[in-house]
Amino acid sequence: MDWTFIVNTSLTTAFGPQAVVFALAAIGLNVHFGYTGLVNFGQVGFLAVGAYTVAMGVDTFGLSFWLCAFLTIFTASVLALLLGAPTLRLRADYLAIVTIAASEIIRLVLRAARFRETTGGAAGIQNFAGDFFDVNPFSGGRKALTFPGTDVGVTYSANQYWVLLVGWGLVALACLFVYLLVRSPWGRVLKAIREDEDAVRSLGKNVYVYKLQSLAIGGVIGAVGGVVLAVSRQSVTPDSMGTLLTFFAYVALVLGGAARVLGPVLGSIVFFFLSAFVDVALREAIEADVITFLVANEVGIVRNILVGLGLMVLMIYRPQGLIGDKKEVAVSVRR
Amino acid sequence: MVDVPGRSRRILAIALGALVALLTVLGLASPAGAQEEDGSREIAVRVEDRQGTRERDDDEPVEGAVITVTDEADEVVDEVETDEDGTGTITLPGEGIYTATLDLDSLPEDAGLPREGREVATVDPTRARFLNFILGDRERTTTGTLDKLPQLIFNGVNFGLIIAITAVGLSLIFGTTGLVNFSHSEHVTFGAIVAWWLNADHDLHIIPAAVLAIGIGAAAAALVNKVLWERLRSRGMSLIAMMIVSIGLSLAARSVLQLLFGGVFRPYRQLYRQDGIDIGPITTTPKVLWMMALIIVVIVVVATILQYTKIGKAMRAVADNGDLAAASGIDVDRVILFVWALGGGLAALGGILFGLQQQVHFEMGFRLLLLMFAGVTLGGLGTAYGALVGSFVVGMFVEVSTLVIPTELKNVGALFVLIIVLLFRPQGILGRAERIG
Repeated sequence: MDWTFIVNTSLTTAFGPQAVVFALAAIGLNVHFGYTGLVNFGQVGFLAVGAYTVAMGVDTFGLSFWLCAFLTIFTASVLALLLGAPTLRLRADYLAIVTIAASEIIRLVLRAARFRETTGGAAGIQNFAGDFFDVNPFSGGRKALTFPGTDVGVTYSANQYWVLLVGWGLVALACLFVYLLVRSPWGRVLKAIREDEDAVRSLGKNVYVYKLQSLAIGGVIGAVGGVVLAVSRQSVTPDSMGTLLTFFAYVALVLGGAARVLGPVLGSIVFFFLSAFVDVALREAIEADVITFLVANEVGIVRNILVGLGLMVLMIYRPQGLIGDKKEVAVSVRR
Repeated sequence: MVDVPGRSRRILAIALGALVALLTVLGLASPAGAQEEDGSREIAVRVEDRQGTRERDDDEPVEGAVITVTDEADEVVDEVETDEDGTGTITLPGEGIYTATLDLDSLPEDAGLPREGREVATVDPTRARFLNFILGDRERTTTGTLDKLPQLIFNGVNFGLIIAITAVGLSLIFGTTGLVNFSHSEHVTFGAIVAWWLNADHDLHIIPAAVLAIGIGAAAAALVNKVLWERLRSRGMSLIAMMIVSIGLSLAARSVLQLLFGGVFRPYRQLYRQDGIDIGPITTTPKVLWMMALIIVVIVVVATILQYTKIGKAMRAVADNGDLAAASGIDVDRVILFVWALGGGLAALGGILFGLQQQVHFEMGFRLLLLMFAGVTLGGLGTAYGALVGSFVVGMFVEVSTLVIPTELKNVGALFVLIIVLLFRPQGILGRAERIG
């Protein structure tokens, strides 16, 4: 088994476009769940809105790519209002059910043959990010970026480097934004809502409005993740917007540490390193006949089993994740 | 490629088709759909209009006809629009029985219609690689949508009963422990797969296999409660944290079942295909009628247990107020264990019945989960009777709504109703009005 290959592939995945997408999705969830205590199980709905705003804007309505990327802020906010207005008065468990239902509604409507002219139906929409790649400063084929003096490093194509430069830039911006927000008086109210909603209400704060703002801000950050997802693949399909994406974002958030600004980013990188490591190592082991009870196309299933078990073990034994503070994690509050 | 004029290109296509057909007859070419590397199979479809004459040369290829392919769980797997030659290619994810439906609304205004019922075709990629839709046998007539109503109501009752029987456990578990259990769907799938394993691998008739599987499902649910949930409760874990644990368990358990069972649809050995019978305007099969009767009997039994037996009263007491029940001498942990066993058994039964109607698949429970949640929430979270009523409403709504909305969007309607109901009556239909947020 070629360990350099396994480590390099894992590193490439850990810092690749997928990790950017999940970092953004999890930063959004962190605003919802980590700071406000809102159990949003429909984060993928925001990613879908972001991705389709760009894809449909460019492909269906012929708008400029950059305008559509900007419009994402509005479409995601509109979704947050539509979703939040009826549900944010509800208890956490109701909110969880309703948000997951809403994200499935979005996916099913997007894949409906009835709206194929607009949404592309089950096949989705492809090749809409030409404007973005036209201004790509990188050129040439795949290039490796290694630690000095070793073979260990990452390999991406020129287009991927461009996506990653912008993507990690957006992650940094989102982190800075969240850092400033939660340090403001507004952010202190959010945390107070997470700890004791009724106490905040009795101080005369309009809890409902704060929750709505939190849902919109986290949703917009998630939608930006959706844009990165769509652009990095030059393709969006409704079935890539399933509930599994939300759950993986939760794993990344809990793994890194909820209610910490850099928690979701760290969580996403570690999650994709481990996930790719298991994936590639298993495939190599199968190819080398070290493991004989699995075949290559079952590796993804085994990885899902491990992700599920990992989420359970984390929640039970280390709900604060890698860098979280146990006192600050919403899940430790018994209610 | 050389640019061939349309006419001769068609002749070329027909000639090629004829050649392949000849080779097929001679056994020289594999009749199965071309298999790709990833196991998917491609099938060529063709739509042509024979309206008017009997001359073959007058056959007109139909451009822009939409064909939707669904798998056995009614999930759309592919969709194709025919090109100017009236042809298209559908890609199927693997072996299995698929249904291809020609969307009659997509046909041009002047095109004919296929013979009654011929707009729907069964596709088995291991048997055929061509699929032809022939138009022109029928004139366009408009069918009254209301004629479909009795059949849809019947389907709705049937589907509602299946959701109800699986959702009772979900609601009771919520009522007694406060847990929103996202892994309930895997109890449903587990029951169906255990029954399939006994039935197909151990040659047990489906009825004893089902009875055994329900017992195993109940025992498994009790075990999960004992090993996992009871310990988490005694650690004082918050309900939100337990809900996230249940999501992890759901993903892990579903993937284990996928690994063991594979990603395909498999039927039970018995009661697979039955001839339809007509009762007035309704077409159904004997097995569906028997299943509906069985579910109603089981619901009556469960209601009797809840209403009149000691354990049933204890269950309702714990659901109503756990602390008060404990104070009055009820062994809450024992009651909860019983609730899990009951819920697991009912989920297994629901899974088996659903599998008998739609075949067994590792995601079958997961596909029901949101509808179960919709039903349970609609009826009032935590109440057993509310779960029955709410699920029934959801099942009915899913089926009857297809009168006005496209079939592929029927689940959207049900989930939408869930959100609307929460807006106006958050405690559900039968729930007690109390502050829930």
